[in-house]
Amino acid sequence: MSTIENNWQPSAEIDTLKKRAQYLADVRLFFAERDVWEVETPILSQAAPTAPYLDSFTTDYIPIGTQTKQTHYLHTSPEFAMKRLLAAGSGSIYQIARVFRNGEQGKLHSPEFTMLEWYRPELSLNQLIDEVNSLLQQVFGFKPVCRLSYRGIFEFYLKLNVFSCSDEAIKHCAQQHITGLPEDLETDRDGWLEILMSYIIEPRLAAMNMPLFIYDFPASQAQLAKIKTDCDGYQVADRFELYINGIELANGYNELQDADELRQRFEHDNQQRIKHNKSIMPLDENLLAAMKQGLPECSGVALGLDRLIMLTLDKQAITQVQSFNC
Amino acid sequence: MASVSTNQFKGGLKFMLDGDPCSIIENELVKPGKGQAFNRVKFRNLKTGRVNERTFKSGDSVESADVMEVELEYSYTDGEFWYFMDSETFEQHTADANAVEDCLKWLKEQYVYTVTQWNGTPLLVTAPNFVNLAVTDTDPGLKGDTAGTGGKPATLETGAIVRVPLFMSIGEVLKIDTRSGEYVERAKDA
Repeated sequence: MSTIENNWQPSAEIDTLKKRAQYLADVRLFFAERDVWEVETPILSQAAPTAPYLDSFTTDYIPIGTQTKQTHYLHTSPEFAMKRLLAAGSGSIYQIARVFRNGEQGKLHSPEFTMLEWYRPELSLNQLIDEVNSLLQQVFGFKPVCRLSYRGIFEFYLKLNVFSCSDEAIKHCAQQHITGLPEDLETDRDGWLEILMSYIIEPRLAAMNMPLFIYDFPASQAQLAKIKTDCDGYQVADRFELYINGIELANGYNELQDADELRQRFEHDNQQRIKHNKSIMPLDENLLAAMKQGLPECSGVALGLDRLIMLTLDKQAITQVQSFNC
Repeated sequence: MASVSTNQFKGGLKFMLDGDPCSIIENELVKPGKGQAFNRVKFRNLKTGRVNERTFKSGDSVESADVMEVELEYSYTDGEFWYFMDSETFEQHTADANAVEDCLKWLKEQYVYTVTQWNGTPLLVTAPNFVNLAVTDTDPGLKGDTAGTGGKPATLETGAIVRVPLFMSIGEVLKIDTRSGEYVERAKDA
């Protein structure tokens, strides 16, 4: 019933919201026991992420008594500010933050949602996966996790070596396996890989009844992770994604420390944005300066808390675990 | 013709695809964390009735379809076409066999049907959820059988055959659920 009279009602049941509150308390306890301390960082920023397919909300800051407008951005994750804390010597930190992504609305998407993000200077990426695993088991009652490489998963489900095959082969594979892809659909190599992942692989992962970590992504999808050489000599991004029931839940990096390389990636992203007729994002010079001074070697992960609570409580849409839908 | 963007996609939206009018059944945003966004759309081709899937790049536009649903009264058929009338303007609309196929066995003169029109032409005629129809043929009623076990077939005035309780006889008017094709009860007022 979505009549005007009923629109004021919460999108989640009160009982669900109470359970959500308990999960948040348990998450905080989990980190307190591990000496990871909670931080808060600003939602507003004068810089923004450059990722070509991530759209920040913008707003204007107008100093009192003036007409001048300064564009501010609502953060899409607390990553940049948390890395500045790490560079300043914070040690292990976590944050439960409201984050904002413009234009995203669906069963699994909301323009405003809750992110659990944490950084562990003393843990390797593998040890961080172990810690995510502990969190999933202890707080949310999931089974122990399974780990598969990105390459392995494409080989297993699609007989495709994603590191050696041509762009054409990936496109052909997608056209062959997926109904309803228009012939003139244009995208790049990573776009086709994402389509195969979303349409073919994720639905099959849904049948697995344990959380799955996918690691060693193509270097072109490195985002803010380090690039390394895998055992077969392929260049791979040292990052992972967590899937439960075929739903993408978390994204973890062995964090890139090289400020110059990060600047290059940001600039490359902005070139992509120009190609897609999107505005250029101002680089976070504070983050780059902090990294120049020295980001400690660390692993970090961002986890969509609404999706995790949705899965835990067996709900079908994240709005069913959020108090209100904006 | 107006165009609609993927961000306006929602269930029930009518749009043109490959020259045919279609209606969206389900629209899902497919977007990996930092990846490209697509709209995965399940739709019904209103001309063929078939359900299909199509992927659009988020932000793409499609042409909207001039599809309307109107309530029209069924008048008669000449065997080739079926004629419906707008009871306010008395305007006559002609539907072909394709359009009436699904509700042929529920068509009764003077009843009002939902007609989906595209550019003014009836594409699909849908029966109301319940219709009252008289029994024109069935085996003689069995007195005393009120338990309704098993039942028997009965032919209705529109030619439809439905299972009815054993005690029903010719001439009685029944309430039928057109979605399931099942007998519901004796009509309260015929």
